[in-house]
Amino acid sequence: MSGGTRGALLVVTLWGLAALAAPWLEAEANRIALERILAPPSWSAPMGRDDLGRPLLARVLVGARLSLGVTLVVVALAAAVGTLIGVLAGWYGGLLDLLVVRVIDVFLAFPGILLAIALAGILGPGIDNLVIALSVVGWVGFARLARAQTLSLRTRDHVQVAQALGTPLPRLLRLHVLPLLSGPLVVEATFALAAVIVAEAGLSFLGLGVQPPTPSWGALIRDGTRYLLIAPHVVLMPGLALLSLVVAINLLGDRLRDHLGGRPR
Amino acid sequence: MAAGFTLRRPATLPDPSATVRAVYAALPLFTARLASAAVVVVGVTFLVFLLLHLVPGDPVEVMLGEYATAGDRAALREALGLDRPLAAQWFAFVEGLLRGDLGTSLASGRPVIALLAESLRMTALLALAGLGVAVGLGLPLGVLAALARGRAWDAATSALAVLGMSIPNFVLGPLLMLVFAVLLGWFPIGGADGARALVLPALTLGISLAAIIARMSRAAMIDVLGEPYVLAARARGLEERRVVLVHALRNAALPIVTTLGLQLGALLGGAVITETVFGWPGLGLLVVESIHRRDYPVVQACVLVIALAYVLVNTLTDLLCAWLDPRIGGAR
Repeated sequence: MSGGTRGALLVVTLWGLAALAAPWLEAEANRIALERILAPPSWSAPMGRDDLGRPLLARVLVGARLSLGVTLVVVALAAAVGTLIGVLAGWYGGLLDLLVVRVIDVFLAFPGILLAIALAGILGPGIDNLVIALSVVGWVGFARLARAQTLSLRTRDHVQVAQALGTPLPRLLRLHVLPLLSGPLVVEATFALAAVIVAEAGLSFLGLGVQPPTPSWGALIRDGTRYLLIAPHVVLMPGLALLSLVVAINLLGDRLRDHLGGRPR
Repeated sequence: MAAGFTLRRPATLPDPSATVRAVYAALPLFTARLASAAVVVVGVTFLVFLLLHLVPGDPVEVMLGEYATAGDRAALREALGLDRPLAAQWFAFVEGLLRGDLGTSLASGRPVIALLAESLRMTALLALAGLGVAVGLGLPLGVLAALARGRAWDAATSALAVLGMSIPNFVLGPLLMLVFAVLLGWFPIGGADGARALVLPALTLGISLAAIIARMSRAAMIDVLGEPYVLAARARGLEERRVVLVHALRNAALPIVTTLGLQLGALLGGAVITETVFGWPGLGLLVVESIHRRDYPVVQACVLVIALAYVLVNTLTDLLCAWLDPRIGGAR
C-alpha cells in the first residue's frame, strides 16, 4: 500500500469517526457566543467561529455526520435499485432491456446535478426529499454498468452450465453473476460516494437541502460566502473539510479501479 | 475504446468520390443515431413535463400561496391545463413546445421564452469559456505528463488532476474570489460586467473538466506513443515535436473528443452552481431563483433547454467521432 493510499484511508477513517462522535458535539455546535462573532481560528476554536459565534470545528464535525449519513443511504439505495434493474435487463434482454436502455438514455440526457436540483427544489426541503432527489439521479450509473456486465457474463461457461443444471434464477444470479459483478460495482460505488457528497453539499449550498440550524457542509459554505470579505475562514474551513474527504475517496477509487477494474475515466 | 484511436488518417485529402462513398456508408449510423436521439428527446420532454406533478399537494396552491383568491387558482389551473387528463396535458405541453411556447412565468407574467433567451446566451458564453479553460489547460498538461511519464512532472500533474477533479465549484469559486478578487483585486467579485467578469467563473467551471481532460489525454497519448507508426516516424528522423503533435496527438484526439462530449453535461450542470456563486445571469441562476420563487414553468423550461442542448451536443459528438474514425460507422 502506497503512502498516498494510506493517507487517504486515514482521512476517510477520521471523518467516519467524526460522524460517529457527532451526537456528543451537537450542543457545542449550536452554542451561540455573540461576543465572539466571526472570530478567527484560536485555541478555543481551532477553525474559528461563525456569524453567531458558534465554533466551526464542532459544526464541521456534526456536518460530517449528515453528509456521510445521507451519502451512504443514497449510494446504498442507488446501487441496490440500479444493480437489480441492470442485471434483470441484461439477463432477460428483449423488450425489457430495450425499455431500460431507453430510460437510462433519457436520465443521462440531464446533467445529474441539474435533475437533482430540479427534483429537490420541486419536492421541497428536507432530508427525505434530498435522499429521493439524489437517488433518482444515482441509480442510472449502476444500472448501466450492471447491464453491460451481465450481458457479457450471460454467455460465460459457468453461467451456462449452472443454467443447464436447472439452477433457479435468483440463486444463479446471486452465486454466479453477482460475485463477478462486484469488483466494478465497488469501484463505481466508491466514485459515487465522492460524487454524492459533492452533490449533497451542492444542494445544501443552494438552500435546497437540509434546513438550518442543522449544520451541513454545503450550508456552512453558503453561509460563509456572505462573510468572504471580512472572515474568509468561515468558508475556507468547511470547504477544506469537504475537499479533503472527496480527494481521499477519489484516490481510493483510483487505487480500487487499478486492482478491480471498472469504468475508464 | 483502446482500439478506437490507432487508425492513421491519410496524409493527403481523400478524392471526392471517396468522400461521397464514405457518406453513404455512414448513413445507417447517422439515421440510427438521430432516431435514438429523437426517442431520448421525447422521453426528456415527458420527464420535464412530469416535474410539475411532483409538487407535493396541489401545485396551484404551492405556486400561488395561501392568500390567492379562488378565481386566481381556477385561472392558473386552467392555464396550466391541470384540470385535464394527464395524457392530454402532455400533448398540450408538447404542442406548445413545437410552437415555441414554453408557458408564462408566474413571477413576472412574461412569456418564459423571452426570459430564457438572454439567460441562454449568458450560459452559452460561460460554458464556451469554461470549455476553453478546460482544453487550454488540460490538453497541454496531459500531453506533457505523457511525455514525462514516470517522472516528477507526471506525478505532479496526476496529483493536481485528482485535486482538480475533486474540488466542487462552490468551494473553488469562493477560493478564487478570495485570492483574485478580494486580495489581489484583479477581477470583479461577481456579476457580468465586461470580459474581466467572465474570467473567474470560467476558471471555476473549467478546472474540473481540465483535470479530466488532462488524465484522459495523458492515457491516450501514452497508448498512441507506443504504436509502431510513432516508432516509424521517429526512425525516419522526424523532429520530436512533429512526431508528438502531428502523428501522435491526432490519433489520440478521438477518445479526448468523446470525453469532452460526455463531460459537457457535467459542465452544464456545474454552470448552475457556478452562476449562483458569482451571480452570473444565466440559465443556472434563473433555475435556482425560480425554484425559490416557486415559478415552476420557468424551472421546467430551463431544465428542458439544458437537457436538449446536451442531447444535441452528444449526438453531434458521436457523429464527429464517426467522421474522425470511419471504422465506428462500419464504413470499412
